[in-house]
Amino acid sequence: MRFQISNFKFQIFLIVFLLFAIHCSLFTVVFASDKWSGVDESVIEKFAKEHGREAKEPLINTDQGDLLLFVFLLAGAVGGFAAGYYWRSLTEGRSRKSEARIQVTGNK
Amino acid sequence: MKFQISNFKFQIFLSLFTIHCLLFTVSDAHAMHISEGILPFNWALFWSVVAAPFVAWGLYKLKKQSSIDLSFKPFVGLMAAVVFIISCMPIPVPTAGTCSHPCGTGISGILVGPAISILIAAVALLIQALFLAHGGLSTWGANIVSMGVMGSFAGFLTFRALRSLKINMAVSGFMAGLFADWATYFTTSVELASGIKGDSPFMPLFWKILIAFIPTQLPLGILEGAMTAGMVVLLYKKRPDLLVKMRVLKPEEVTA
Repeated sequence: MRFQISNFKFQIFLIVFLLFAIHCSLFTVVFASDKWSGVDESVIEKFAKEHGREAKEPLINTDQGDLLLFVFLLAGAVGGFAAGYYWRSLTEGRSRKSEARIQVTGNK
Repeated sequence: MKFQISNFKFQIFLSLFTIHCLLFTVSDAHAMHISEGILPFNWALFWSVVAAPFVAWGLYKLKKQSSIDLSFKPFVGLMAAVVFIISCMPIPVPTAGTCSHPCGTGISGILVGPAISILIAAVALLIQALFLAHGGLSTWGANIVSMGVMGSFAGFLTFRALRSLKINMAVSGFMAGLFADWATYFTTSVELASGIKGDSPFMPLFWKILIAFIPTQLPLGILEGAMTAGMVVLLYKKRPDLLVKMRVLKPEEVTA
């Protein structure tokens, strides 16, 4: 099944994607210097610590070295594939239905 | 001029894009969920008890809807993937110097209804707590209530209210995403303040936490609003019949 995107829209999408990619890469550099902590650290854990509560290690601690990168890679691959797969089954389902409808009306 | 992209290529592109987003934005789990061990046992249990009937309601609705309509499951699958990806994608907020992530429950609340959206959020939060060091198992209930219950209902109700006032699709979607995000952080502030306050009064601590969230969540809520509006409008253009089926739109609104 194929769908059409106008050239202009695709260019806009590409620009947004590239900006986002640059933004993400810069963001990684910033992360390396331990800035840009998440609000879980900067707000939740900060206030919790002030009141005598501290975060514990998770049951399965994947936050060790590059293990978390690997887990995020898997999560990204599975999540992206699932989104694409279901989007395809939704859009293909419609096109098949409309093709069938065209055939039925054509036969009449 | 027009050119064509096959659906398979689009799927590959989407997977690569998602991997890129998740990989290039991770070093630690820069999340917004309440981490493991932050809430005392009694409060963690309380929020789990509050969340349980909503999750059960979601399971019941999913079973009921999928037995009526076969195309419902792929739609729920799509929404689950979208909520999972969005809710583990940290975004830096330069004005605050911190990071947080959108929730995604605004869009799922609008499209599949609050019950199933809560179930989707519960599954996403469980996977994140188990494998991504993101949130926690003891705080799962609290995170379901803030992101799942409050986010989904805020998104759903805002969208329906604005649509009933004949506000256009994009603006309604934007406001729904915005309020879903803000409602999540409002509830997180309530949960955190009530859980950690000890002998100190609730209100001053609640306001302190809420105000601390504002520099990050104010712009992020706007971003989530824009994303929600974009997704609603995309579906309106691509599959308006689905929006009618999900009772997001009335049939006359599509034909008009």
